[in-house]
Amino acid sequence: MADPSAPTRRRSPRRHDRWLWMGLAAPGAVWLLVLFVAPFYVMVAVAGGGVNEFFQTVVPVWNPLDWSSWNLSAVWHELVGAGAYLGAPALRTLTYTAAATALSLAIAYPVAYFVARLQSRRKVVYLALLIAPFWVSYMMRMLAWIDLLQQGGLFNGALSAIGLPGGTDWLGGRAITVILGLVYGYIPYLILVLYAFLDRVDSRLLEAAQDLGLSRWRTFWRVTIPLSRPAIIAGTFITVLPMLGDYFTNQLLSGAPGTTMIGNAIEGQLDAPGQTGQGAVLALMLLTVLMVPMVWYVVSTARESRMSAG
Amino acid sequence: MSVELSDPPRAAARRRRLRVAVPWRPSPWRRPWAMEGFTVLYLIWSIVPIGIAVLFSFNRGKSQSTWQGFSTRWYVGSSSSSVLHSPALHQAMIQTLVLAALTTIICVPIGVGFAIGIDRWRSRTSGALNVVMIFAFVIPELLLAVALFLLVTQALTFIRLGTTAEVAGLVVWNLSWPAVIVRARLVSIGRSLEEAATDLGASRLGALGRVLLPMLMPAIFASAVLVFASVIDDFVIVEQLSSTASTQPMSVLIYSNVHGGLAGPALNAMATIMLLFSLAAATLGFVAYRWMTRGERTGDGTEALTSIAGM
Repeated sequence: MADPSAPTRRRSPRRHDRWLWMGLAAPGAVWLLVLFVAPFYVMVAVAGGGVNEFFQTVVPVWNPLDWSSWNLSAVWHELVGAGAYLGAPALRTLTYTAAATALSLAIAYPVAYFVARLQSRRKVVYLALLIAPFWVSYMMRMLAWIDLLQQGGLFNGALSAIGLPGGTDWLGGRAITVILGLVYGYIPYLILVLYAFLDRVDSRLLEAAQDLGLSRWRTFWRVTIPLSRPAIIAGTFITVLPMLGDYFTNQLLSGAPGTTMIGNAIEGQLDAPGQTGQGAVLALMLLTVLMVPMVWYVVSTARESRMSAG
Repeated sequence: MSVELSDPPRAAARRRRLRVAVPWRPSPWRRPWAMEGFTVLYLIWSIVPIGIAVLFSFNRGKSQSTWQGFSTRWYVGSSSSSVLHSPALHQAMIQTLVLAALTTIICVPIGVGFAIGIDRWRSRTSGALNVVMIFAFVIPELLLAVALFLLVTQALTFIRLGTTAEVAGLVVWNLSWPAVIVRARLVSIGRSLEEAATDLGASRLGALGRVLLPMLMPAIFASAVLVFASVIDDFVIVEQLSSTASTQPMSVLIYSNVHGGLAGPALNAMATIMLLFSLAAATLGFVAYRWMTRGERTGDGTEALTSIAGM
């Protein structure tokens, strides 16, 4: 962001400066290459590798020319066709994630909108309360709900106190519990993204719409919602990406095979003897599907930073 | 957590000044009672369960639903199952703190250097590295954890599962916090002051250390707080990369004991202690951020609040 009053920039920095910048970036760059890029090559090598028949251990194959499609076809038959036991978890992952994301948006948007439009001290108080769950660990937040939802727990107690049946086993493999758990777990991030954006919406635009005769609702539908579309999309990705890789929420809140997701399959195969390669294939499949939203996110972020860098 | 890359404080201040002229909806727009009620309900839903979990860590009995009187036996009293005396709980807490401290110490300097280097060394390579860094930010944690597990078990076997692997993985997973936050701050600072310093005779390195670094301090500090808190919260990477029970931090212990084992108020007590650590980090971050930016701010604490939450 160049200050117009700044002296003219020197276009040719001294050459040794470049070495300084490269040196500063080097440790982080090496760390990323060795521990972020290389691991995914190992994953492909394991996925295209074989199994030691005797020890049931993984034999990674490093040369791309020797990669076999054995694991890939095994996983393919687990996903589709007769006896495909991974089809249901895959489908469930999609429906749970879609339901939880829609519910999160419906809750998060009004909350973020309300707090973003507030003024002064009340805003600070509300904002601090919105951010508070962000500082409580995910496991503790799940632990709190497990305590409440137990059969003799306070939630059932509260239900019977107002005359509803209170003996439900909420933790016994119910889809609704898992979906609400996902909402509870990831909604703080969504609210923060929406808030950060809605806080920057120029209130003069809303006043202009109002001055030009739009009602409250029409202003909201015709001005605020279109303006916040990028935030809704970014916030959706921020919650969808971790939900698709989630395997612990359903384990904690249900533990039943009827609520497992694709993350459980990846985790389970990774540790199962002789199936590590199939776990790698499954992880790579998920990665391939997620590549589209991730590339979109990275490109839009890079563009934004280029624009603001001037 | 948005990757907020463009918020020059000056523009923010201007916006805030403008908005002061328009207090919350002037008539004909009424105060939105319905929305306020909805927000309050949301806050109750999000915060009260945690409060109850904290409360029952002080319960005298083992129940999670019947209050049997106040006691600190799950913290210090019980000689076998309190946080102080149970080796498993104790160990997990120490491990969490060790991981948080080590990761912050390694991650923040590397990330800050990376941000400055990438920002100044404009080239195809630095652009590619920046893209890799943003990918590391958005990838689902499970995929990274699986890839790291395969790396340390199949290729770089000299990195042992356990604390070493956990820290290595946590650093790469959290590297984007300092990198993104410091980079955003660099963009809003601009280069004019640094160039003024070199024009007045400072070396490039001198200008970096005595002009740029002090101005980056709030961003560096905010990112350190974020990395620390995010390691305390972390579950997936540490679960995949821990080896024995002695390298399992608190989150993994809660996960594996919640339906039996050590389940009970002692688990709540441990979670409460870690909550206090996180809140202490957050409060410290908030106060320090306000203090460091005291010349720039315009009054309310929203900017400090959002900065330490990574926005």
